[in-house]
Amino acid sequence: MTLNLTTTAKTFGDGTKALLPTSLKVNTGEIVSLLGPSGCGKTTLLRIIAGLETPDPGGKIWFDSDDVTDLPVERRQVGMVFQSYALFPNMSVRANIGYGLKMKKLPKADIEARVSEVLEMCQLNDYAQRAVTALSGGQRQRVALARAIAPRPRLLLLDEPLSALDAALRETLRDELAILLRKFNITAIFVTHDQNEAMAIADRVAVMSQGEIVQSGTPEELYRKPTSTFVASFVGSAMHLAGEINGSKLQLKGGEVSLPADGTGCEAFVRAENIQINKNGSLSGYVDTVTFLGTHYRVGISGVISEPITSIFSGNKVPKLGEKINLTIEPQSILLLPSKA
Amino acid sequence: MFRSKTKLLQLTVTLTACAFLLIPTLMSVLAGVTVNYFKGVSSGLTFKWVLNVWELYADSIFLSLWLAIACLIVTLIIGLPAAYGLARHPGWLSRLLEEFISLPLAVPGLALALALLQLYGTLSGFRTSWTFILVGHVLYTLPFMVRSILAVLAAMDLKTLEEGAASLGASPWQRFRDIVVPNAMPGILAGALTVVTLSIGEFNLTWMLHTPYLKTLPVGLADSYASMRLEIASAYTLVFFVLIVPLLMAMQWASARAQRIAQ
Repeated sequence: MTLNLTTTAKTFGDGTKALLPTSLKVNTGEIVSLLGPSGCGKTTLLRIIAGLETPDPGGKIWFDSDDVTDLPVERRQVGMVFQSYALFPNMSVRANIGYGLKMKKLPKADIEARVSEVLEMCQLNDYAQRAVTALSGGQRQRVALARAIAPRPRLLLLDEPLSALDAALRETLRDELAILLRKFNITAIFVTHDQNEAMAIADRVAVMSQGEIVQSGTPEELYRKPTSTFVASFVGSAMHLAGEINGSKLQLKGGEVSLPADGTGCEAFVRAENIQINKNGSLSGYVDTVTFLGTHYRVGISGVISEPITSIFSGNKVPKLGEKINLTIEPQSILLLPSKA
Repeated sequence: MFRSKTKLLQLTVTLTACAFLLIPTLMSVLAGVTVNYFKGVSSGLTFKWVLNVWELYADSIFLSLWLAIACLIVTLIIGLPAAYGLARHPGWLSRLLEEFISLPLAVPGLALALALLQLYGTLSGFRTSWTFILVGHVLYTLPFMVRSILAVLAAMDLKTLEEGAASLGASPWQRFRDIVVPNAMPGILAGALTVVTLSIGEFNLTWMLHTPYLKTLPVGLADSYASMRLEIASAYTLVFFVLIVPLLMAMQWASARAQRIAQ
């Protein structure tokens, strides 16, 4: 199913503009992530698509060629996975998963067959008869997903589906979720504030800030070609090289670097893996911290700009704390982005 | 046996307090099955007085049971949707409404009865009907029903649960039936037992509202104390206990259960 959203906005009763007029298209089978910090409007956008919030007049929501703008949530045929999962405590795992099918008034045998199929897909067979209150966080998350997809919704919506889990589990379930969503072969939108989650699961990421989508693209596009300072620093945490730009030269506290082009009216950003420790480098700074991360070291360096910067180091000669080191930044690796007005 | 004198002292105080409360009760019950109270238990034990009570006051007992059931039905019909509405729309208006519903708890039963009499006393068909007492009982017990359900509903994320059901295609009525009511059940049960217990035991209001033809169990008890011999009044107490104590125990059990959920 294709989702098409045109100039949809949401103003709350107290005048807060939670969502500025937004357009979004999601193609059949595509998995799109809405990524942004809390309060950026991503959950509001998801709830509008679900039918849990009414958009301001003027906005339109299309599921294929059906205008669903005025349809209440119960008639939109969307599957929804909530942050808190919202499993029904009065029902078993099986009854939770079968609830949507029961609402469709399917024959009992069909419900049983479909529930069994979904239980199998989500590896929940052993828990079918359990009370949902007797499940672990990871199991609840899978039940929530199974319940949402059981009635074969036109669109699957997930609101921070992993944020209620602890860090270690989150990483495992992130990959599991990515595999499951592809197995279901369903159009899905999922909201998160965690860029790793967005990158791991989504085909396309729409980055949101202050009520609007600021950039939308594949994870690689967002990482390599951010169009704004916000996206550069939010996705992959690029560092702002604050200094004086003169044409294609950038003067920093710890030395001068060349820019890939004329940088007038721009701000320069660089990612940690593009700052190389090199004894012939034009920049100099002092080693503040060295953190061993298994495959590489993360080195915190002060004196290059007014704030500390981070470099990724994977050689053998580990820099010592307090040592003065030289650095190079390849001009091609510098992101030049228009400065905020 | 006792680890210290403090423990022994604690036990003594507790048992004394229990005895202070229980002995008069037991005396009263005993009086109800004694042939002649003034001669004491040596005169023999009998169920004569209990049978007498049954002959004289069976109507009162049935009226009280009937009133309690009617009161339960009415408070459920009003209280469940009210508690649901209050839980779904928290805010200052809901708080105010909740306080308003609870007002009959603060107003003495006599004053409430007087107000009802002033307003409806002249409607003779209504004044002499059992429904007049029912109105009083509903006013008095409704806050217990509403608060009991509200406490359980407020403890769960009702809004998200309902949104979950709605996204699965459930209409507002189906959501209420499949999600709200089953999950509110511990609160409903605790509220129901409280309402029935209170309605059966209610005296203040009922004393003012009753007519000679409409005496409830506690009003009958007062009547028997005033006009019958002590053995009959005591036997009446016994009957009252037999009816109310199991209800009281069930109510405590249900309330404790509902409170565990509400925490």
